[in-house]
Amino acid sequence: MRRLLLGLALIFMLVLPLWGNNYIIRLTTMMILYSVLSLSWNFIGGFTGYPSFATASFFGLGAYAGAISQLHGVPMYLAWIIGGLVAAVFAAALGLAILHLKGHYFAIASLVVAEVLREIVNSWTDLTGGGMGLNLPILRLDVDVQARLFYYSMFGLAIMTIIAASYVSNRRLGFGLRCIKQNEDAANMIGINTTIYKTSAFVLSAVFVGYAGAFYASWVNYIEPGDVFDILLSVKPIVMVLLGSAGTVVGPVVGAVIFLFLEEMVWRNFLTFHVGVLGLLVVCLILYLPDGLLAVDFRRFIHLKGSR
Amino acid sequence: MNPILQLQGVTRHFGGLTALDNVSFDLRPNEIVGLIGPNGAGKTTLVNVVTGAYRPNAGQITFDGKRIDSLKPYSISRLGIARTFQVVQPFPKMTVLENVAAGALFAAGAKSLESAKEHALEHLEFVGLAELADSPASALTLADRRRLELAKSLAMNPKLLLLDEVNAGLNPVEINQSLHLIRGLAEKGISILIIEHLMKVVMSACYRVIVLHHGQMISEGSPSKVASDPRVIEAYLGSRFAAQQKSNAL
Repeated sequence: MRRLLLGLALIFMLVLPLWGNNYIIRLTTMMILYSVLSLSWNFIGGFTGYPSFATASFFGLGAYAGAISQLHGVPMYLAWIIGGLVAAVFAAALGLAILHLKGHYFAIASLVVAEVLREIVNSWTDLTGGGMGLNLPILRLDVDVQARLFYYSMFGLAIMTIIAASYVSNRRLGFGLRCIKQNEDAANMIGINTTIYKTSAFVLSAVFVGYAGAFYASWVNYIEPGDVFDILLSVKPIVMVLLGSAGTVVGPVVGAVIFLFLEEMVWRNFLTFHVGVLGLLVVCLILYLPDGLLAVDFRRFIHLKGSR
Repeated sequence: MNPILQLQGVTRHFGGLTALDNVSFDLRPNEIVGLIGPNGAGKTTLVNVVTGAYRPNAGQITFDGKRIDSLKPYSISRLGIARTFQVVQPFPKMTVLENVAAGALFAAGAKSLESAKEHALEHLEFVGLAELADSPASALTLADRRRLELAKSLAMNPKLLLLDEVNAGLNPVEINQSLHLIRGLAEKGISILIIEHLMKVVMSACYRVIVLHHGQMISEGSPSKVASDPRVIEAYLGSRFAAQQKSNAL
C-alpha cells in the first residue's frame, strides 16, 4: 500500500511538467526545494536531536559559492556541486566548533552564523557585490524549457536527498544518531564516537542545502544577502519537519508539501500579516501536534466513529 | 598474573574538592572486587575516571597493558570496559532489543545491525529479558531496567565490567537473582568491580573489597577483614562509635 502510494507520487511528479502551466511548475519546484531543506534539517534536528538554525547559512553560502563560480565561467551544473561542497566543508568546520554545545546554546550558536555570514557578504563588495547583490548569467533558453529544466534538476536533487536519508536511517549511522538523540552520554559510553557522528549528520544537513542554494541562484538569476541568508530559511524547514514527523524519511516531505500549500494560502489571503499567521500556525503545531502528522493515528478516528 | 586494570596514584579534583586522592590498586582477571564507602566517598567518580568520562588530574590508569587515562569514553569502551549507571540510562524510545543491540554494534563491533540484534537476543536471554525484547525501554520496571543495563553492558563484550549500584532499589528476591547473574558473569571470565551499599551483596559476591573515604583508599582486603577494620567502622559510624567498639572489645 505504502509502496504503491510512493510509486504513484513519483509518477505524478515526473509527468506533472507535461501538462502543468508555469505557475504550477514554479510552485512545485519551490515545494521540492522545501523538501530538500526539510529532509536536510532532519539529519541534524530529527535524527540527532540538535536544534540547528544553520540552514540559512548553508543555503546562502551555497548560493554565493555557486553564483561566484558561475560568474567566473564555471558551467551551471558544476557550480551547483561546488555550492554543495563549500557548504559541506563549512559545516564540518562549524560542527567541530559548536556541536559540543547542547540545546538552546547550540541553537543560538547556529543562529548567529547566518548573521555573521550575511555581514561578511555585505562588506566584501569586490567578490560578492555587497548589498547590490549578484546577477547571474541568463540561460539562452525558452522560458517553458527553462522552467522544466529547473524542475527536473531540483527533482533529481530531492531524490538524492531521500536516498541519502533512507540509507542513513537504516544503517549504523542513523542508529547511532538516534542513540545520541536519546542519551548522548550513554551513547558515548557504548562506543559511539559522538563527535564524528554528530559532525557527519551536520555535514549531511548542509551538503544538499548548499547545492539547493546554488541551484536557487541560477533559478532566480539574482541573489542578494538578505534573500539567501534569510532567517526564515532556517525556521521553515524546522516547521516542516515538525509538521510531518521528525526522525522519519517520509515525514519531512509530507511536512514540506503541506507547509507550502499553507504558506501559499496564507500569503495570498493575509498579504500584510502572513508572517504573523505563520507564527500562530507554528504555536498551534507545537501545542497540538508535538510529534507531527505522521504520528497521528488516523485509524483511531474511524474506529471511534464505528463504535458509536 | 598480570593485572587487567591498574590504578597508580590516581587523583581527581573538582575545584577545591579532591574527589579522588592518590588511589592505587590492581584488579586481576576474573576477580570480583567490591568498592564501598560512605556517600560522597568518590566511588562513582572512580568509575567515571576509569571509563574516561573524567580525566584524572594525576596518576596512571592501565587496562590490559595499555594506558587509558587520556582516551575518550568511546575508545575505552571499545577496548573492553563496560559500565552500568547508578541512575539507569536506557535509550527510552528504543525497544529493549535495540538498546542491547546498540552495545553490540558500536562497542563490540558487530558487522551489521542484524547480527548485532542476534547477539543482543542471546544477552537478553542470559539476563531473563527475552520476552520483553520488543517493548520500549521506557516501559520497564526498575528491576528490569537494571537488567537491561546489564545486558547492554554485556553486549559490549567487555573484559571488565563496572557495576555502579546495580542493586539499589531492588527487593530481596530481585537482589538474589541479580547476585546469581553477577556470579554467572564472572564465570564467563569477566572481571567485575561492584560499587555497592548493600553489605549482603559485598560479603557474598566479592573476594576482595576496597574502601574509599573522602577520596582516599582507607582499607583493602577480604570482606571480613575490611568489615572489622576500625578505620572502616570509623568512616561509616563515626569515631565515637569506633572507640566504643574498641573498649567493648578490650
